[in-house]
Amino acid sequence: MTHGSPSAATDELTPQAVRLRIYRMLVETRVCEKRISDLFLQNLVKGTSHLALGQEAVAAGVAAAMEKDDYSFLTFRGHHHVIARGASMKGVLGEMMGRECGLMAGKGGSMHLSDAKLNIMASYAILGSQLAIACGAGWSAQYRGTRQATVAFFGDGTANLGAFHESLNLAAVWKLPVLFICENNLYGEYTATHRVTAVEHPAADRAAGYGLERIVIDGNDADAVYQTARRALAKARAGDGPSLIECLTYRQSGHSRADPAAYRPKGELEEWLERDPLTTYRRRMLELGFDEAQLEQIEIETQQTVDRATEEAKASPPSPVSLAFQDVWADGGIAWRN
Amino acid sequence: MAELSYREAVAAGIAQEMERDPNVVFLGEDVGEAGGVFKATVGLLERFGPKRVRDTPISEEAILGTAMGAAMTGLRPVAEIMFSDFLAVCWDYVANQIAKTRYMTHGQFSFPLVIRTANGGGSRFGAQHSQSVENWAMAVPGIKVVAPSTPADVKGLLAAAIRDPDPVLFFEHKSLYATRGEVPAGEHVESLGTARILRRGEHITIAALAAMVPRSLAAAEILAREHGISATVIDVRSLVPLDTRTLLEETRATGRLFTVEENPRLCGWGAELASIVMEECFYDLDQPVIRITTPHIPLPSTDVLEDAVIPSVERIVQEVRKGVDFR
Ligand SMILES: Cc1ncc(C[n+]2csc(CCOP(=O)(O)OP(=O)(O)O)c2C)c(N)n1
Ligand SMILES: [Mg+2]
Repeated sequence: MTHGSPSAATDELTPQAVRLRIYRMLVETRVCEKRISDLFLQNLVKGTSHLALGQEAVAAGVAAAMEKDDYSFLTFRGHHHVIARGASMKGVLGEMMGRECGLMAGKGGSMHLSDAKLNIMASYAILGSQLAIACGAGWSAQYRGTRQATVAFFGDGTANLGAFHESLNLAAVWKLPVLFICENNLYGEYTATHRVTAVEHPAADRAAGYGLERIVIDGNDADAVYQTARRALAKARAGDGPSLIECLTYRQSGHSRADPAAYRPKGELEEWLERDPLTTYRRRMLELGFDEAQLEQIEIETQQTVDRATEEAKASPPSPVSLAFQDVWADGGIAWRN
Repeated sequence: MAELSYREAVAAGIAQEMERDPNVVFLGEDVGEAGGVFKATVGLLERFGPKRVRDTPISEEAILGTAMGAAMTGLRPVAEIMFSDFLAVCWDYVANQIAKTRYMTHGQFSFPLVIRTANGGGSRFGAQHSQSVENWAMAVPGIKVVAPSTPADVKGLLAAAIRDPDPVLFFEHKSLYATRGEVPAGEHVESLGTARILRRGEHITIAALAAMVPRSLAAAEILAREHGISATVIDVRSLVPLDTRTLLEETRATGRLFTVEENPRLCGWGAELASIVMEECFYDLDQPVIRITTPHIPLPSTDVLEDAVIPSVERIVQEVRKGVDFR
């Protein structure tokens, strides 16, 4: 297992109110992701799904640091980010189940979650593309003179694609207000990334190539993520350009529902479960003097929210067939001829 | 009216729209300081400044990704891919991202952007700088496909493409850049999805695109003068949306359709036209539809070979004479 030396230590304290928000996000993403897994086993989720169980701290830490009008660009493994940014659980679960109430009414599926109202600028399933597209949102914000920052997530395996390198270079040269956040969960599908990567840290070890600071942090520590993201966002808003942040984390489940993850070395999962982002954060909050009842309250409320969203989504009708024949073009139609 | 070259019309079209709409921005390799490798964008940097006219690194994926992200957040980018062959390097953004994200997201995002690119042969550049790839683009739902043949249409259709709320792949033809023609003075905007009838005849209808348009016109003159065959010539102009109404009307009028295509044979755009004509006006046809295309080969470089394979005026005349059936 590769543990980088967390270079962004938890030096500043996260404000109390933010900690509570982060905790709620951690619980929400965890409970919702588990629910998706359950629904899948009940054969209610169509297609595939890629869970981010174990990676919740990256989503919570970054989302807590972002402003409402900042842009998010996500990947096929994006449920946790969508929830953390406040999308409707009914919309997320409905999309998984192919219901009319889904975020995209069943037209996107689990790999393409998006919510324009929240500036969740879609999730992309061709690895690396979201990084280049995020550059465009960053350029647009820079051009329009807003203070909006753009955040794009990607996996460790994706740092070996051309789009990663093209995007980092362009963002650095144009000083774009973009955060490129790598969720290094050690694997790209079934292959350990270190087996196919020339450097130890697939993202951070390339930072120098683009004149950027090398940042490796503990991606299971939501405070470290939050504080690092805050600094990078401030830098972006100040016009000082992009940041590349590698978060060390672990996906506790297989790559997709089809994957039992038999390729893991013995004991690796157990070791990472001890560093579970949710339980470690809860422990820290108790140590810091938060009232356990308050945390339990969040847990109970979340369970209720997810239960309610599940029932509502199940009650929503399947996507109407008419939707297949809409929205190729901006006029809402699909015509290619007169 | 002013006389412009095809390449000058590119800059004129972009300038007209940049003048009108501050959200129009332009990016690509060598497009600013150098004015484009085909000198089609000379003067834009000086006129609109480096904030709106941006030279990029040699990064086709980043260029199209950036155009897409900018379009979905309020700008109207025009992105240049220097040679259409290079679209293969960034085809993900055309085929998977730009074309599909509106649909996948149930219409949450719009992509008002234009990808301009230099297409086609005749420059002796060989198989990786000469292709006609408009048929690749036509096969992807969600992207409009335009290919002008005259300076006036370059300006007018480019302006229309920039104003269009949907993504447009705009194919400029390399061998036409130096050609000249009248362009209406003042604001000039054409409409996408309309073919133009350039010549009317009674025996056959020829549908052509881009550089095949002037060749088809020249062939039609020879056919009329020397062979007693009078041809209607249609400039298709836009493959998506496709003006099937004009195509069907003009095919019915003569009962004979020939397509002249620069793309390689298989799945060229003419095959789609032939299928439409077959399904919708079969009983008005006097003979089978005939496709005149580049053979199904990569393009050779040297002039003798390249000229032997891309439909020429002589070959169009020959194939029409061979194929026309007056029984
Ligand atoms: C361009 C491209 N190549 C391959 C795939 C198939 N694929 C989907 S996920 C994946 C692994 C990605 O690994 P990583 O970037 O580390 O993300 P993670 O799955 O760990 O979140 C692969 C190879 C793809 N979707 N897109
Ligand atoms: Mg990974």
